Amino acid sequence: MEDRELINEFLIESTENLARLDQEMVELEKRPRDKDLLSSVFRTIHTIKGTCGFLGFSTLERVTHHAENILAKVRNGEWELTGDLASLVLESVDSVKAELSAIERTGQESGDPYEDLVQRLSRVLEAGEGAVPPAATPPAAASPAAAAPVNASPTPSGAGQPDSSANAGPGKDVSLAAPEPPNEAAKVKSNSPAAEDHDPAAKPASIADQTIRVDVGLLDNLMNLVGELVLARNQILQFIARRQEEDTGLIGTSQRLNLITTQLQEGVMKTRMQPIGLVWNKLPRVVRDLAHQCGKQIRVEMVGAETELDKSIIESIKDPLTHIVRNSCDHGIEGPAERVAKGKPAQGCLTLRAYHESGQVNIEISDDGRGINPEKVKAKAISKGLLRPDQAERLSEREAVNLVFLPGFSTAETITNISGRGVGMDVVRTNIERMGGVVDLMSRPGEGTTVRIKIPLTLAIIPGLVVHAGTERFVIPQASLLELVRLEGEGRRKVEFIQGSPVYRRRGRLLPLLSLSGILGFENDWERHEAMHIVVLQAENRQFGLVVDGISDTQEIVVKPLGKQLMDLNLYAGATIMGDGKVVLILDILGMARAAGIIHDSRGASRLEAEVTETVKENKQSFLLVRAGSGERIAVPLHAVARIEEIPRARIESAGGRTVTQYRGRILPLVDVTEVVGGRQSGVNDPVQAIVLAQAGHEAGVIVEQVLDVVEEAVKVDPLSRSRGVLGSAVLGGKVTDILELQAFLGSMGRAISAAEDMEEEMANLLAGVRR
Amino acid sequence: MNGIDAVRSEGGQFATFSVGGLLFGVDVLEVQEVLRSQDMTRVPKAPAMIEGLINLRGEIVMALDMRKRLRMSDRAEDEAPMNMVIRGADGAVSLLVDEIGDVIQTATEDFEPAPATLGESCRAVIDGIYKLDERLMLVLNTGRTLDLEGRTSK
Repeated sequence: MEDRELINEFLIESTENLARLDQEMVELEKRPRDKDLLSSVFRTIHTIKGTCGFLGFSTLERVTHHAENILAKVRNGEWELTGDLASLVLESVDSVKAELSAIERTGQESGDPYEDLVQRLSRVLEAGEGAVPPAATPPAAASPAAAAPVNASPTPSGAGQPDSSANAGPGKDVSLAAPEPPNEAAKVKSNSPAAEDHDPAAKPASIADQTIRVDVGLLDNLMNLVGELVLARNQILQFIARRQEEDTGLIGTSQRLNLITTQLQEGVMKTRMQPIGLVWNKLPRVVRDLAHQCGKQIRVEMVGAETELDKSIIESIKDPLTHIVRNSCDHGIEGPAERVAKGKPAQGCLTLRAYHESGQVNIEISDDGRGINPEKVKAKAISKGLLRPDQAERLSEREAVNLVFLPGFSTAETITNISGRGVGMDVVRTNIERMGGVVDLMSRPGEGTTVRIKIPLTLAIIPGLVVHAGTERFVIPQASLLELVRLEGEGRRKVEFIQGSPVYRRRGRLLPLLSLSGILGFENDWERHEAMHIVVLQAENRQFGLVVDGISDTQEIVVKPLGKQLMDLNLYAGATIMGDGKVVLILDILGMARAAGIIHDSRGASRLEAEVTETVKENKQSFLLVRAGSGERIAVPLHAVARIEEIPRARIESAGGRTVTQYRGRILPLVDVTEVVGGRQSGVNDPVQAIVLAQAGHEAGVIVEQVLDVVEEAVKVDPLSRSRGVLGSAVLGGKVTDILELQAFLGSMGRAISAAEDMEEEMANLLAGVRR
Repeated sequence: MNGIDAVRSEGGQFATFSVGGLLFGVDVLEVQEVLRSQDMTRVPKAPAMIEGLINLRGEIVMALDMRKRLRMSDRAEDEAPMNMVIRGADGAVSLLVDEIGDVIQTATEDFEPAPATLGESCRAVIDGIYKLDERLMLVLNTGRTLDLEGRTSK
């Protein structure tokens, strides 16, 4: 029993040490003369060797002994740490890890004597640092030729140079990057190896004293218990409220219980928060090995490694992150020759960035590689039958690039055993969405790719709003909630129906409305209640309103997962138990928004943001007739139309949340007419048809489906049919046509707004005139 | 679940229940408990056979109506179902059945594979039949029963 405990201690400690060792070795390759690193690495291996001997793990002892000797030579300056040497040491580290695994399982070494490895280690020790022999059976990180200059290893800052001292063996040819002044080497040599355990030891020790290692299972347990406590607390609060309790003692105690539970919950959640650096720390090693294998040079930069996430998220994000990183290394970043030919630095850069924003964690993985070719992606999707050619035509570049998330996709020309088996990105997306997150891809061909992940901060206990639909209750996560609106009587007129779909005019913007009852398949009658309750929600960057039958209070709820059969419905994010013991479903806002077409997936029609403000005058005059989206006819007063443009989709960009294109040296904001008047573009067109409107010196492009005709007619505008973006309707060309409110599209600029105000006055006068 | 498969044809203890006049048996090791009819929360838009969600001492358990699963006629209005809670690798599921039966012991020699005449919905979820003294007991394969989309191969 005692033995087993000792061994477990050894295993835990060694595993930690080895993880650190990986990082340090990679760092060491970049800064092979860093004394602290060298000492730390040496010390770690030394410690493991010592304990191995003590516990009788002789094979491990042998392997680590040799590795330690190699490191000793590097540490005292006799040898330079070449890529090959580093690989060899890392290989030893790997075998140590493997052995530790075996020991964990069986309590003993695996029995594998690691002959080949040990031999190679000994040979290096005899022959010198240049003579790193190839493996008999090539291990993962072995380089092809032994003595040849290893230009495949990452060498950002002049690692290794021909040592001026004559210590190393003959035939040494380890030239790598730029030569360095000889005094550096001299300095390293004169370092006395006696100072083994000097100050770097002091720093980690003090940190270690302030932390304590806790079994993750225990924390999970605590978390569950806190969750149950929250439920019980909710129940007590409910009982007290229901009884209209008057016993002040009872009320006081329950308040205290409430307070303590909340604080306990916050505290326990904090214990589970860990910096994302913990996951990232494994990646430099992964990247290094991959780069080595592919003959590329890649460095990893990390920004925001201290950003904290809940442990459960950290666990779930490991695999997706690793996969994305592997993709970048394998397919994204080019080999040094190709990069140089393109005018890029030979070394590729993989940047990991993490930060908190509005209750979510954002993680970005960027590379400066070759980017993703949207045409290739489209072609591949078509050839795999995932998309029809006409659908592919309609996609914007960004949508095309995001096709890689479709199941069964892989653009790798050669499927390496690293990535590209066609199970990659869709699994990444599924995993991330399962956590309630979203993932997105942006690419600039030739320049690089960025994958962006957003995940909610905590999963388990969240505040939620209780709403009613029909006779049932549902919970909406507070994180998605923007606002609550109650419309009654006159207020209800703010809800307008465009082609049968209700929208609500909210502070200058059109909010599409969905009925919760409708979505759930209950009876849905928009008129059935006196008051209309709208819950304004946000999903990704889109806002929409969910119409419910009633709104209750906000509560802290414990999210419990549902089985797969129910998660697949994309309606529910989970369920919870309320204070009265009843099970209530938690709505999946993102899923609902997607299903309703409010946000799109790669195959949907493209939509553009619109800032809508004002109106403009209208009169009998010439109109430009256009089709707004699915068949809706709109007339635009011709005098306001500067010109009609055809803009290739590729030239449409996004800047500061607006959609724009560059036109004649200016920035032309673009607006999708359907954003204002409702309906939907087919998204087919490329180039896109845009009407450029000019007003008071400002221009904006209004994207329409199709330009039909110019007509000149005396029209009687029916102002009663006025709605967002539409001045009213009239009969034009024999058909009922909506007349567009021009000012609606020019609102992005401040000056346009004041110009608009002038216009509005004019328009009000005009309408007054029309009514008469 | 795999280790338990062996029991199904080699005899063993089965917790039984009846649905629509048929007697089914589930390996006793998979059964967590049996309950009376419980308050359930409906799940709108879920497949009809998912009757709802139950609060089982703080755990949320999905209730699967076996009559619907086996494509039988619905229970009469006034007949309340019983719950047999099955615990699997992915959590607990409650099977809604007509009546709960006894726990019985079976012998290997009484086992026979499902006859071809049995309806498709039944055959999809059972492993075979044990011939008891007066009746036949259909052996329920819980894995396939819970696999509502028929993803696992037979």
